[in-house]
Amino acid sequence: MAVLTFNDVTCKGCDLCVDACPKKILTLDTSRVNAKGYNPVLCTDINACTACAICARVCPDSVIKVEKGEAA
Amino acid sequence: MANKIIYEKSRGLTDTPLTYCPGCSHGTIHKLVAESLVELDVLERTVAIAPVGCSVLAYNFFNCDGIQAAHGRAPAVATGVKRVQPDKIVFAYQGDGDLASIGTAEIIHAAHRSENFTVIFVNNAIYGMTGGQMAPTTLIDQKTTTSPYGRFEETTGKPLLVSEMMAQIPGATYIERVSVHDHAHILKAKRAVKKAFGYQVAGKGFTMIEVLAACPIGWGVTPVNSMKFVKDEMMPYYPLGVYCDRGGEA
Repeated sequence: MAVLTFNDVTCKGCDLCVDACPKKILTLDTSRVNAKGYNPVLCTDINACTACAICARVCPDSVIKVEKGEAA
Repeated sequence: MANKIIYEKSRGLTDTPLTYCPGCSHGTIHKLVAESLVELDVLERTVAIAPVGCSVLAYNFFNCDGIQAAHGRAPAVATGVKRVQPDKIVFAYQGDGDLASIGTAEIIHAAHRSENFTVIFVNNAIYGMTGGQMAPTTLIDQKTTTSPYGRFEETTGKPLLVSEMMAQIPGATYIERVSVHDHAHILKAKRAVKKAFGYQVAGKGFTMIEVLAACPIGWGVTPVNSMKFVKDEMMPYYPLGVYCDRGGEA
């Protein structure tokens, strides 16, 4: 089970992680605006996440922390 | 049971939010440098030399000591720091307006003397900080605020191939050009950056990594399209690869 933690404060809504995600489960959350005025990124289906961390590596602002939980 | 951390922000970077535009490659390149310094266990004895340009505040972002140099003079300052304190790991972080234009004399002679520091050369084909003016590295026909009809070869020449030029200098130990436009290339760039710092730790002399980077705001495109521009327009003119490696195995 993957765990994604987004640092909404530093997200600039650049869309690079959304474009890079192989599972296409990231999107910009247009219902929220952070202090800088950007729509922060959001995971729409955490169960589909494989914790490949591609999103985290392409993020210029180190917004995403990727963890993998132990199998239950 | 504790979760296994696959990826988190490197401790080589401070908590200060980056001042770069959305999608700017500077952030990605900062991460590669910080991760390399942490993995080589040299972060605590590293001195960063910040340039003039968008990354002028880079010393706020790297979790190590830093100095900010005059425009183009980062290699000269790095030379001084490294000679006075040879046990320190020193890197100059420079853009293309800084290194390839006003700072060509400093960078060439630093390599010529084979000064034992590392240069991270961020080539985004434009002056970003000052508002998107034409740089020596701007591509032919690329529109900027000072070349609104595109760059003309007849009057401004062809884009400067810095890595090719630097590799001709006998004192240059390791010169490689990498890109950070997608995940696979980011991993390759990381290996190159780490290798360069490894050479410096081993005292092998001058190393420079040229990184093809995107400036979405300066180019006037979206961040995703800017990465496509790097891949489709920049990479054909600026071929990736190792231009010289005179260090043997690290």
